[in-house]
Amino acid sequence: MQRRDFLKMAPVAAASTAMMINGLPIQSFAEHPLLHLLAKQTQANGRVMVFVQMNGGNDGLNTLIPLDQYSALSVARGNILIPQNQVLPLAGFPNTGLHPAMNKIRDMYVNGMVNLVQSVSYPSPNYSHFRATDIWLTASDSNQYLDTGWLGRYLDAEYPGFPVGYPNATMPDPLAIQIGSSVSTVFTGNSVNMGMAISDINSFYNIVNNSVDPAPNTPAGHELTFLRYISQQTQQYNAVLQTAANNASNLSTQYPTGNSLSDQLKIVARLIAGGLKTPLYIVNIGSFDTHSVQVDATDHTIGAHATLLKKLSDAIYAFYDDLKLHGKDDKVATATFSEFGRRINSNSSGGTDHGTAAPVMVFGKSVNPGIIGFNPIIPSTVTTSDNLPMQHDFRSVYAAILADWFDLPTSEVNSILLRSFPIPPIFKKINGVANTLEGGDNEALGQNAPNPMTNNTHIPFYSDGSHVLIELYNMEGRVVQTLMNQVVERGAHELILYRNDLPAGTYVYKLINGKITSSRKLLIID
Amino acid sequence: MSTINRTELSSKPMEKSMDSNQDPIFKKYANKTLPTGLMKTTAGLNLYTGAWTETEVLHLLRRCTFSPNATMVQTLLTLNPSQAVDLLFTNATNTITTPPINDYNTATYTDPTGIALGAPWVNAAYGDSTVNYKRGISMKAWWLKQMINNNNSILEKMVLFWHNHFSTELGTVPDARVYYKHLELIRTYALGNFKTFTRQMTTDVCMLYYLNGYLNTNTSPDENYARELQELFTIGKENTPNYIEDDVKAAAKVLTGWRINTTTTIPTAYFDSTKHHTSNKQFSSFYGNAVIPYQSGANGALETDVLIDMLFSKQQEVAKFICRKLYRFFIYYTIDSTVETNVIAPLAQIFINNNWDIVPVLKTLFKSEHFFELNSKGCIIKSPIDFLVGIFNTFKVDVPATMTDYNKSLIYNYVRSYGSLIAQDIGDPPNVSGWPSYYQVPEFHELWINSNTLPKRMVFSDMMLNSGFTAGSGTTIKIDYLNFVSQIPNADDPVLLVDYLCNLLLGISISQTKKDALRVNNLLSGQTSNYYWTNAWTAYVANPNTANTNIVKPRLLGLLLELTRLPEFQLS
Repeated sequence: MQRRDFLKMAPVAAASTAMMINGLPIQSFAEHPLLHLLAKQTQANGRVMVFVQMNGGNDGLNTLIPLDQYSALSVARGNILIPQNQVLPLAGFPNTGLHPAMNKIRDMYVNGMVNLVQSVSYPSPNYSHFRATDIWLTASDSNQYLDTGWLGRYLDAEYPGFPVGYPNATMPDPLAIQIGSSVSTVFTGNSVNMGMAISDINSFYNIVNNSVDPAPNTPAGHELTFLRYISQQTQQYNAVLQTAANNASNLSTQYPTGNSLSDQLKIVARLIAGGLKTPLYIVNIGSFDTHSVQVDATDHTIGAHATLLKKLSDAIYAFYDDLKLHGKDDKVATATFSEFGRRINSNSSGGTDHGTAAPVMVFGKSVNPGIIGFNPIIPSTVTTSDNLPMQHDFRSVYAAILADWFDLPTSEVNSILLRSFPIPPIFKKINGVANTLEGGDNEALGQNAPNPMTNNTHIPFYSDGSHVLIELYNMEGRVVQTLMNQVVERGAHELILYRNDLPAGTYVYKLINGKITSSRKLLIID
Repeated sequence: MSTINRTELSSKPMEKSMDSNQDPIFKKYANKTLPTGLMKTTAGLNLYTGAWTETEVLHLLRRCTFSPNATMVQTLLTLNPSQAVDLLFTNATNTITTPPINDYNTATYTDPTGIALGAPWVNAAYGDSTVNYKRGISMKAWWLKQMINNNNSILEKMVLFWHNHFSTELGTVPDARVYYKHLELIRTYALGNFKTFTRQMTTDVCMLYYLNGYLNTNTSPDENYARELQELFTIGKENTPNYIEDDVKAAAKVLTGWRINTTTTIPTAYFDSTKHHTSNKQFSSFYGNAVIPYQSGANGALETDVLIDMLFSKQQEVAKFICRKLYRFFIYYTIDSTVETNVIAPLAQIFINNNWDIVPVLKTLFKSEHFFELNSKGCIIKSPIDFLVGIFNTFKVDVPATMTDYNKSLIYNYVRSYGSLIAQDIGDPPNVSGWPSYYQVPEFHELWINSNTLPKRMVFSDMMLNSGFTAGSGTTIKIDYLNFVSQIPNADDPVLLVDYLCNLLLGISISQTKKDALRVNNLLSGQTSNYYWTNAWTAYVANPNTANTNIVKPRLLGLLLELTRLPEFQLS
């Protein structure tokens, strides 16, 4: 596979340390001369990435449901299992379906706008919300503590020296916006937080309307109102937000009410449609920490988790409907993430405890429609400590976003993510060779021979010149051998799999190389 | 969670703070006229006997010290309101502490008058303009140190009040030692007798320099001090009837002959009868057509005493003038007829009845129903000094005793210079009127806040929470918020922790919705169950290892950054 024909100019290291911290854009510091102006491919093509953070740990097994595992699932989590005939089918993947509350996302899937990545996690997963969230936001290893967020590192590379010299003609707008919370760790750069927080829905409309929250008619209230105005008006980006909001309104009639995610995405759509050049947004939806009563006891298709998935589904659908009406739907990709999935076994409270791997959903017109990875395999006997094995490191998803959505060269992607990760084909190839999904192009991974095997077998594969990962899974979805984990020079290769102590049975071997993910079955017989 | 090592603010020259009157954003939102129709208390000076909770204690400490210190809050809660106010005065024992010392000798610079590093310079020889400049910086740093180590007393707030009242500028007074003597005078009388204070100030060398009193002679009278003595220091401009221009001229004649002797080690004031005006000084009907008779020879100096007696014979005018100024400094800037009747007039009478002792006035005000009434709270915009010193006081920011004097001075001077950056350079008010925020109608303290200074305040609080600063001292001075929160009772309960911090840090409370958002977004990282914070904090307290510390740190930092950026944090 070829890397893109043109490489972005490597960013110059920041020449000046920033004077402000944690997303406090300050007018008085905008007077400095511009230090660096780099041609920005991401700006030129105006691509936007929106992240939907699902706080609490989403139950992936009840989101993207493995229909071929129902007998085992009914043992492991019968008290919360969605009836099989209620699961929404996904064309092309007869064994996999969506939670029935996600009918709007299924509609998007039908329209080719959804890519689902199976079993995303990282080695030695952490079960603490806080620690796991920090790992996802900083893109660290499980045992590594980073002071910077992965998107902060990305923005540091793209906009060196920020905030000195910003805003400027090339980047007049916030580098990143978070709605509904304080500025996230994910935007923490090497010296400053690169993001801007719109602390709540009200404060956005206050900016748009030049208003502030009401205060009591007392001396303190009088001074507070004055302070609030000065505070609001001295936000560096107040004017550009106001302008963008006034340039466009929400055109979609699909936005649900009583849905805070929808309220946040409405703002994002309006800012994008209004011409804001901000490349990154984060919005939040909470309460996925479903330890108890995640389904209605008599109807498993409704209840707390279903309500959350419906909110997610309806909000994202309306968001893309709005973007389409504005002609911006091809410029915006959206990815969900949650700090972990939930346990395979449900508990006796009708809920699920903290788990590990879970699917990541990516939306937009530029995604490869379909599913990357295979259904997790549920053992027939599951203990409460059993968890789903990882198929994709979450940093592989990040790598795909950086490489294929923001067009960063591999060296820069590796630098932001601190090392190399295989790049799954989430996005349609924009420059050069088309990406393919599993099952569509198995030339990269040949069938082993002999098959069935007894002592050893040969596996042919093709490398694009980057890192190759080939792993052997048993039918419980556990990695039993890593066959290859290194950079392999471009071309056709072959490796030999030795049986060692593997019991007879069916196995899956899987290759990840650049944007190619491919897997095949093999059989071991005595 | 980012650790930033920034030195720009200390290494680059301080830029001039933006003048609020040049700032379109300020002009759009600041008062155009004095606010009317606000709900204000009608209570008067009756002894407050109502609820005595953290709310009242915090209010008292916000106004009388520099932002509340949690230890002092607990102390005052064990007392009653009257005892609590009294304690703020009994704590004011260090009126004169160790004077400023040579903290400026370096490998390449030595005080030319032989004052060793660490030794006081206040009684040394003048030396030259270089050392004089360094001493001025040393004195300002010393002043900041006095305020930061304020011992939870009323003293430093009153020193600031009188500094603003008897305003002088170090930048225009040629001798730092003289300015220090002036400060000694302020500190001596800050809680003393105002009439004696005024008499002493009239012949203070620093004041003689600043308002040209030493140039005021029989042959060329200089009316500068005579005017300000009446207009700014005692009588005020707002009386009907009031003193007239002839009274300024007459007072100037009384004050002729005061000179500065520069042949003594430290310049001293003396009376030169040959420069004294030999006429009898005739005053207007406002002063009852008083005549201050000429006294010859050295007795001419006694005419000054007579002048002060005459000014203070206008009891109501002087007492109300000072009481209004105190009211604006400590309560709020609008004084309507209700406040005039229920607070100013009776307070002025207490001033008069106590023969110009200020303490009974202050104690009556701070113990009053009016002071503690709900609508008197949270309505003062912190001055820059209040803001900066308050951060040190509230967060118990440590300036390690092990630091050298030279390095400590770098730290205190950095804070002083940051004050200058946000429009209040202690020791250098803009002019003889003091800072406009204390007197300028109709904006008053709104003048502290504009599109330049408010972001810079936020940069400072952000910096103190994040990287801190070294100012070249080699020691990082910052808020140790883990230690700070460790001392908070029930810090493991995120609801109580947010409540506690909001009470302590915000001049006016925020809604429960906002408190919940602060808690969920920061302490809970978007989770809904409080026990996730409880578990994290409990684990940290039991074992503050890297892993446990890294969990609680960014969450507390996020919370404190949000709180200190709230407009409510600017209110006192």
